[in-house]
Amino acid sequence: MTDVQLDPSKRGHWTSDQEVRWCPGCGDYGILAAMQFLHTELDTKREDTVFISGIGCAARFPYYMSTYGMHTIHGRAPAIATGLAISRPDLNVWVVGGDGDMLSIGGNHLIHALRRNVDLTILLFNNQIYGLTKGQYSPTSEVGKITKSTPMGSIDQPFNPVALAAGANASFIARTHDLDRKHMIEVFRRAHQHRGAALVEIYQNCNVFNDGAYDAITKRDVRDSMMINLVHGEQIRFGPENERGVVLRNGVAEVVDVDESNEADLLIHDEKNHDPALAFALGMLAKDNNSPTPFGVFRDVKVPDYGDVMNDQLLKANESNGPGDLDKLLRSGATWTVS
Amino acid sequence: MDCEPAKRGVHVTDTADRVDQALDHVVIRFAGDSGDGMQLTGDRFTSASALAGNDLATLPDFPAEIRAPQGTLAGVSAFQVHISNHDIHTPGDAPDVLVAMNPAALKSEIDRLRSGGTVILNDDAFDERNLEKAGYTSDPRENGDLADFVVHRVAMTKMTLEATADLGVRKRDAERSKNFFALGLVSWMYSRPVEPTLEWVKAKFGKNPMVVEANIAAFKAGHAFGETAEMFGSPYKVAAAPQKPGEYTNITGNTATSWGMIAAGQLAKLPVFLGSYPITPASDILHELSRHKNFGVRTFQAEDEIAGVGAALGAAYGGSLAFTTTSGPGVALKGETLGLAVSVELPLVIIDVQRGGPSTGLPTKTEASDLMMAMYGRHGEAPLPIVAASTPAECFNAVIEASRLALKYRTPVILLTDGYLANGAEPWLLPDADSLPDISVPFALEANGTDENGAPVFLPYARDEETLARPWGVPGTPGLEHRLGGLEKHDVTGNVSYDSANHSRMTDLREAKIKGIANDIPPVEVDGQGEAPVLVVGWGSTRGSITAAVERLRQDGVDIDHAHLSHLNPFPANLGEVLGGRKHVFVPELNLGQLSRLLRAEYLVDAKTISKVTGLPFTGGELETALREGMAQ
Repeated sequence: MTDVQLDPSKRGHWTSDQEVRWCPGCGDYGILAAMQFLHTELDTKREDTVFISGIGCAARFPYYMSTYGMHTIHGRAPAIATGLAISRPDLNVWVVGGDGDMLSIGGNHLIHALRRNVDLTILLFNNQIYGLTKGQYSPTSEVGKITKSTPMGSIDQPFNPVALAAGANASFIARTHDLDRKHMIEVFRRAHQHRGAALVEIYQNCNVFNDGAYDAITKRDVRDSMMINLVHGEQIRFGPENERGVVLRNGVAEVVDVDESNEADLLIHDEKNHDPALAFALGMLAKDNNSPTPFGVFRDVKVPDYGDVMNDQLLKANESNGPGDLDKLLRSGATWTVS
Repeated sequence: MDCEPAKRGVHVTDTADRVDQALDHVVIRFAGDSGDGMQLTGDRFTSASALAGNDLATLPDFPAEIRAPQGTLAGVSAFQVHISNHDIHTPGDAPDVLVAMNPAALKSEIDRLRSGGTVILNDDAFDERNLEKAGYTSDPRENGDLADFVVHRVAMTKMTLEATADLGVRKRDAERSKNFFALGLVSWMYSRPVEPTLEWVKAKFGKNPMVVEANIAAFKAGHAFGETAEMFGSPYKVAAAPQKPGEYTNITGNTATSWGMIAAGQLAKLPVFLGSYPITPASDILHELSRHKNFGVRTFQAEDEIAGVGAALGAAYGGSLAFTTTSGPGVALKGETLGLAVSVELPLVIIDVQRGGPSTGLPTKTEASDLMMAMYGRHGEAPLPIVAASTPAECFNAVIEASRLALKYRTPVILLTDGYLANGAEPWLLPDADSLPDISVPFALEANGTDENGAPVFLPYARDEETLARPWGVPGTPGLEHRLGGLEKHDVTGNVSYDSANHSRMTDLREAKIKGIANDIPPVEVDGQGEAPVLVVGWGSTRGSITAAVERLRQDGVDIDHAHLSHLNPFPANLGEVLGGRKHVFVPELNLGQLSRLLRAEYLVDAKTISKVTGLPFTGGELETALREGMAQ
């Protein structure tokens, strides 16, 4: 990741006049700051930027950006944003939601926005819990999660958001976390630059209902040994001494201790691979909150943007049929005249 | 005026060498297996009749299954068409002629035929197996079942095969042209113009020249058979109906709806966006609109009903004239998004092509039972305007009116049509595009207020004093950046507000905005003297049936008025006055009394329901009877 020079004096331009109302200590604050700082550096205008969200803690996000925004209904943000993005390709449309919003009630809309490759930058705040409804397990909670609705432990297998996105053939997939502002900014920047659907999973801490869920991966003292930094074109290695790496065996990504015998076999990251299988395999490395977990960009491939293709059809129809003429349309069937 | 026995007389006119028989009107019902192409046949006959200048009304009547088991009663598909030399309002009470392509079609449809009517059978289909499949224990051609009718047994399959023998078509394919044989025969019987049908066959099947030739050969064979076989006598003529001068086309409700959407976009000077999910009987609107991308129309086939309306709302936010098209089950799914649209106050038109319910109900049959859902099918106090179309062609204007209200008042509007209007057809006096109303509204382009420091700000909920509409500021407009949402908003600023007095005020404002529309819609017109003791109030597709019944009663000296509503929320401002002082108020509805309940609640009037929920429209006759019975009480 490149170094980012943050200019706090410009952040205000991207900050709305509304009081931020997340719980003190919530990971969302860090994400909001990263987004505002990113915008101080982008060559975009406030009026051309729209944040669309569903329901949940994360979904309050649009209120705090000084851009256009709509806080919609539970799970439907990708659908509503799709209509906006394909009818207004001139806009930068961001979608914000949590794991319940995007993967439970809105799971259908998410996968369809991804497979269609609508030009949306989708931020999935994954805190593995329902916050706004006060602490039920979510579709990304680990099996056995004790919550108010699962006093004996949850019995659902969780979704792996990166693998799910790869399964939907998403053209851009990345993961970042709320403790590293520079990393977030860089990942958000790449996602924003991508034309088509981009999914960014953000490991986000809910300090009230699921505090420390990612501590074993993202805390400063363990990061080096638990976070796998993905760099396109480079071997996938991590660890304080770069002593661990990832190999692919029968299509399954595995973590190995690197030695002379296997060093040449280490997987070279290829985010441009048109087959989503590699992104899927790397995504599945995030088995639980105690396993080494990849961060960065899993996949970034060029696929025709849905809105662009739709526009092309309109242009083509205009070329071949001429511009629409209502009188002609009404008389396009058999007609007769009564005098 | 339709279907009265007195009018059914045959007038004989002597011409040079042939005696043509003039008819005032005739009702023909084509019936066959789902795979026999009966809808196509009926549709083609209708178009030829339209070109002949007849007034007409149609009733396609088909099963939900694409292909039910061949030869069974479940698989019978029928198309009824009423053609006339005068103004008619319904597809006719009882057919005069039944064309039955197999025993199942005969068994399923024969009870509809008027006594003394004509039956034309495909004789070749009456083998033992088909008779058994239709549930006949003996042959209806022989057992006296058809004694009340004039029966013509025609070897349609055999003659179709003979006519196509030299074309090198496979037998199975050739057989499929037998509906064109039937069409040719009936076209001869009723003196329909031939050329338009031949041209149409060439255009429709042009990609497959063999099919074109086979269909044309079968059509000509049927036509020639009518002329040469002595069984049919002379052809009938149904003269052109006197119509207002102008250019006409024959149009179905779904096509008129689609063209209305395109027109509304042009009249609003906005790009049209349709978010939709396939559902019977609304899908044809999505199909038709998708053919007209040269108007800048975007059609989006969503992953589900919710995404269909969601995408439409997103497009509305971005400044499109946005639509979603569906039927009852889809409206149920869209309810939450409609609530959001009410709350964020964006223009959106929801077109509900109603069908029989509840649940999957009767997908291909008509019903008008979504009125209460349109009124109240959202949580909270979520009022929205409701518009209803009353004839197939009227769907065009209804879409424009729904769009006008949506745009002017920044509100979702529900337009109710139904399966009968959607698939039914009528001649339409085409309007000139120039004569259609301008329904454009301005976007907000600059700040409309100041903050506490006197700096200009955009206040998204500062309302227009007259309409109570809020400004429509679309993304991309500098200086108007604002946030909308489903949470309650503070009056004027639009910021999130949990203040109880504010919520009460906003609830009242949303209600007042919709109620105020009553002053912006035409008063309901009364057909009749206006002070008759009996008033029939209708809405939607019952217009034709009510008009037919009322005309008959008037001929019998009954003093009766008819008021037909095209706006159901709010009601026209004069409706209370129209309802007042009547001895009887009757409300015929294709539901169990939804409008009459609204009228009773709103006007404390003793509105009596006449209800029908068989999946079919009222016939003029049954409505006439029901009204007579009601008046006698």
